[in-house]
Amino acid sequence: MNRLKVELPGLSLKNPIMPASGCFGFGKEYAKLYDLSVLGAIMIKATTVETRLGNPTPRVAETASGMLNAIGLQNPGLEKVIAEELVWLEQYDTPIIANVAGTLMEDYVEVAKQISKSKNVHALEINISCPNVKCGGITFGTDPAVAAELTAAVKAVSEVPVYVKLSPNVTDIGEIARAVEAGGADGITMINTLIGMRLDTRTGKPVIANGTGGLSGPAVKPVALRMVYEVAKHVSIPIIGMGGITTVDDVIDFMSAGASAVAVGTANFVDPFVCPTIIEHLPEKLDWLGINHVSELIGRSHR
Amino acid sequence: MIRKERMKVIEQNEIARNIYELTLSGQLVEEMKGAGQFVHIRVSDSYEPLLRRPISIASINHELEQFTMIYRAEGRGTSLLSIKKPGEEVDVLGPLGNGFPVHEAKKGDTVILVGGGIGVPPLYELSKRLVENGVKPIHVLGFQSHDVVFYEEKFSELGDTHIVTVDGSQGHLGFVTSVLAELQQDFSMYFTCGPLPMLEALQNMYPKKKGFLSFEERMGCGIGACFACVCKTTEQCSVDYVKVCSDGPVFPAGVVHI
Repeated sequence: MNRLKVELPGLSLKNPIMPASGCFGFGKEYAKLYDLSVLGAIMIKATTVETRLGNPTPRVAETASGMLNAIGLQNPGLEKVIAEELVWLEQYDTPIIANVAGTLMEDYVEVAKQISKSKNVHALEINISCPNVKCGGITFGTDPAVAAELTAAVKAVSEVPVYVKLSPNVTDIGEIARAVEAGGADGITMINTLIGMRLDTRTGKPVIANGTGGLSGPAVKPVALRMVYEVAKHVSIPIIGMGGITTVDDVIDFMSAGASAVAVGTANFVDPFVCPTIIEHLPEKLDWLGINHVSELIGRSHR
Repeated sequence: MIRKERMKVIEQNEIARNIYELTLSGQLVEEMKGAGQFVHIRVSDSYEPLLRRPISIASINHELEQFTMIYRAEGRGTSLLSIKKPGEEVDVLGPLGNGFPVHEAKKGDTVILVGGGIGVPPLYELSKRLVENGVKPIHVLGFQSHDVVFYEEKFSELGDTHIVTVDGSQGHLGFVTSVLAELQQDFSMYFTCGPLPMLEALQNMYPKKKGFLSFEERMGCGIGACFACVCKTTEQCSVDYVKVCSDGPVFPAGVVHI
């Protein structure tokens, strides 16, 4: 028996660990370091209809136990992602979750429609929470009615299950979660980054060229954990949890709070081998907890 | 191959004001192919500071499985690194990036190596390799002032070495460009690493010469995945952008839009 296997809509995961979107490119850089087939899934970098070159640099700044980024959804565009990146990823026995972004609702629909036809794309992650682009992104993720409408529009064209990536930059995340569930989402991924800022103490000006950036890393874990815990009470669709996950213990915490699987983001930058390391050590931790199968962890906090 | 290894501190010395020379030992050295690559260092096992620090490789000793880097202890990360003692371990990811194309210079060629401040270190391994190949290097090394000058003797052993300081407290007064203007101009190519204005000045000064520039940019992952260190390219380049960490840090002159 595989103690780590998790079944989610569209996704048969050999383990519940996957790299988070935007922290793993399209896998090529990490494929030089280890076999990507060990991963439960891969959340590829956000894809938009058109090629995007992203924001000016500096795009990252370190903060206390975390980092700010404002990359700006740089990606080669829908056509190239489908023809090159996804085809290249076919060599691995790992389901792909395609992160879908755009400026207008039509853009999301177009990307979802096309990218969901790729044979290794087993699910979509609708990015209504990117804080670093002027239009689209987070503007769809802060109004429950708009979030529900976009979810329904994407759901109508997608050939695979649709997960919606929630923003923590809202007053009531439970309300947004319920809205996307009502809109037909098959699952929720959360959280995206928290909007933050760092100033150059000497000049008083922001370090990041974009002014603000998205905060990630261990610093955001308590916020993310609280939100997963909260949303798990409000919805019945599964949650893929993320936000500062770095260790096996972090994985246990997120699954206990209600996540069915987890994504590792910033930690990939600190230790590019972090995902296989977590996967390798997860069974030992299950033994320590006296737990037979990883799915027994899901929602443990609420029981 | 990129490896991650806990490497052992062999020696650490402050060789100029806040400039440290750190020698590490471990199998990762086997993977170091040439001059101009860098390593990504985690200075603490805790989350503080979180990210790795990219530091260039100053010299490689394959026989002893050791390499040396020279860095300026400036922020929190490099200050923590500077207090590591012999016998302690340092978490190293590397080697990363593409170094200087040392074989572009042919036996008997004269080449110019221009370094600025903490951009000087990678030129040392480069110069050693050029000399091994029968190339004659001329070094022009710029620093702020006499107290941060380092490796003058080591470079002098390899070829003519001109030190320049902004305040004139050692060597020539001014910038590297003023010394370069007075040098012989019949060199075959130039290699440079240092602050952006210096790279730009060199590129403008030698539009017809072959040149290789090593860039510095804020990095996240160091392996090309995070898109933090992208640079726009010039119109003559076939791609829209390059990543300093994985496409560089060394680029031929004219590729990166400065």
